[in-house]
Amino acid sequence: MEFTGAQIFVKSLLELKAKTIFGYPGGVVLPLYDELFKNPELRHILVRHEQGAVHMADGYARATGDVGVALVTSGPGATNAVTGIATAYMDSVPIVVFTGQVPTALIGNDAFQEADIIGITRPCVKHSYLVRNVKDLARTIAEAFYIASTGKPGPVVVDLPKDVITTSCEYHFPTKVSIRSYSPTRVGHPRQIAKLADILCEAKNPVLYVGGGAIASGASEELAKLATITKTPVTETLMGLGSFPSDHELNLGMLGMHGTYRANMAITDADLIVALGARFDDRVTGKLDEFAPNATIAQIDIDPTAISKNVKCHLPVVGNLKENLSKLNDIIAKRTIDWDKKGAPWLATIAKWKAENALKYSQKKESIKPQFVLEIINEITGGDAIYTTEVGQNQMWAAQYLKLNEPRTFLTSGGLGTMGFGFPAAIGAQAAFPDKVVIGIAGDGSIQMNMQEMTTAVQSRLPVIIVILNNGFLGMVRQWQELFYDGRYAYSCMEAQPDFVKLAEAHGALGFRVTKPAEVKPTIEKAIKARRPTLIDCVVDREENVYPMVPAGAPINKMLLA
Amino acid sequence: MKHTISVLVENKFGVLARVSGLFSGRGFNIESLAVAPTLDPSTSRMTIITRGSDAIIEQITKQLHKLIDVIKVVDHTKEEHVEREIALAKVNAEPSNRAEILRMTEIFRGKIVDVSSKTYTLEVTGTGSKIDAFLEMLKPLGILEIARSGKVAMTRGRKSLG
Repeated sequence: MEFTGAQIFVKSLLELKAKTIFGYPGGVVLPLYDELFKNPELRHILVRHEQGAVHMADGYARATGDVGVALVTSGPGATNAVTGIATAYMDSVPIVVFTGQVPTALIGNDAFQEADIIGITRPCVKHSYLVRNVKDLARTIAEAFYIASTGKPGPVVVDLPKDVITTSCEYHFPTKVSIRSYSPTRVGHPRQIAKLADILCEAKNPVLYVGGGAIASGASEELAKLATITKTPVTETLMGLGSFPSDHELNLGMLGMHGTYRANMAITDADLIVALGARFDDRVTGKLDEFAPNATIAQIDIDPTAISKNVKCHLPVVGNLKENLSKLNDIIAKRTIDWDKKGAPWLATIAKWKAENALKYSQKKESIKPQFVLEIINEITGGDAIYTTEVGQNQMWAAQYLKLNEPRTFLTSGGLGTMGFGFPAAIGAQAAFPDKVVIGIAGDGSIQMNMQEMTTAVQSRLPVIIVILNNGFLGMVRQWQELFYDGRYAYSCMEAQPDFVKLAEAHGALGFRVTKPAEVKPTIEKAIKARRPTLIDCVVDREENVYPMVPAGAPINKMLLA
Repeated sequence: MKHTISVLVENKFGVLARVSGLFSGRGFNIESLAVAPTLDPSTSRMTIITRGSDAIIEQITKQLHKLIDVIKVVDHTKEEHVEREIALAKVNAEPSNRAEILRMTEIFRGKIVDVSSKTYTLEVTGTGSKIDAFLEMLKPLGILEIARSGKVAMTRGRKSLG
């Protein structure tokens, strides 16, 4: 039987077990929307801006591990999606973005709402397709999902010209996808893994440096096993947060520019760094020449380009982290070593660093410290929540203070650092887990970048909670200006602000303002009970800084501590 | 150091843009690039001449591999291989210098592929340095135009790219 491209689109998505699409209709995608209308089992969430749609699909994917799906129209619909695609690319998030395109006969003619979205997104996609024949559509969609979700995950763009979705053909969904030029390595070389076990057994000051790959591959259990058996301390990158419980005695917290004192000291003094799904980003390493001068670097990564990109790797293992860690654990289990005795001196040194300089702030009676708000959130949720962040101070405090028990509970734009990510990502996560508490930590600057999505949350009945740490500044910019530009606050002060409470209400959401420390807890509790989209405008100390801080270009053991 | 890299890719719309975009986006340099389909019309072969430290070249080959449409990448630099380039040169052919042009072309084992009342068009193949030398010799005779192909390369012996 023959089906139109639009029907094949919906059938293929259902075949792939997609449940939710985040999208925005427009001229050339009307045939797709007509089919979505007829197939309500595929839930469509109507956004207010295409950037929001892609961040929501991204948040959905980060929270679930499944492929997130967004659908936008041609031209401006597609170009609005670009920031979302680039965000997912930098953080290796599996999403498929369907873009409408003008009919094939018009491509290249500067047609109405035409944009070369394949060209525009080429540097920020894992792969992309312009479908030129309806006969290729089902296979292309299957390939797009396969490529997005396997190997190192990433975004795939599928551009759908209008004539392709209106033409009919026989429908056969491929039972198996095989792409001759694409077969990601899963298992590393056994000899390399054995060597890694050897050096771990010999190391005096080892550190497990864990990145987003631990979450993408679902390696938390294997990681916990390796760390606890070998008594090796763990430090996480921003993207790795949640892969190992925050409160675990072996967890040093985040490392890097705003990492903890003990994490940065431990990395600097390490004689072995085992990088697990982490890519030695500049925010992690600080000054490269002085990064971990005495350490042997071992690395397990699915992405061969991540090996020795910034820091020379002495022992690479290319492959899926979960599988390779499991193999490593098998080897380790056979070694007869008194790990407690071996690890004691190193852990004692780390405990001393922790005692010297733990994360701290001083909450006084009058004004609210942003860190205090995050600690109250910990107290209320006990970690049973999904958090998202925006970018800047709010993100760094959230990374430092939120207690995470599980992977996929801390969703943040780490690589691209996209302001405006957190709120739509929270909506996406809530769409995946309607009964969970989802809290978006925001700054007053970031929230204004995608505030329009509040109506999306209201229309789709997604009870996300946004907590704005409102200091009236672009806080991280102001902090840099204070420290490195002699306090000249060039255009970082948000002198005029909307009344966020009224704005929330205008969108049909609940809004609360909190100005005193004592109000923080009852207000957040009220918001959680309300089960409605809620915005809490927390007016916090205006000039609080994020510490520790490693100035750009300095080695990471040279931290400003206050 | 200069490297000669052969890349076997899917012969599809947009693949050249993905490869060239990778080089420009990551700040890698391309000295020359030659592309044509292989015996199997579903694949194309690219020969890329690039420069960089060992670390950069390692990144280049890995990044190329990472592109979904790339099937195989071979860096010929560290193995025995042959490299060839073709050049066409249009030169002034005055009665006074025609004999000299012919002699040069013969020495370099080139061919005259087009003749007009005032010009000769010459073809020569060889390594880049041979072509450089040929053009150098022609210069005093008056070159009007040149076109060089970019290199193609192949490993010596039985090993093949596919």
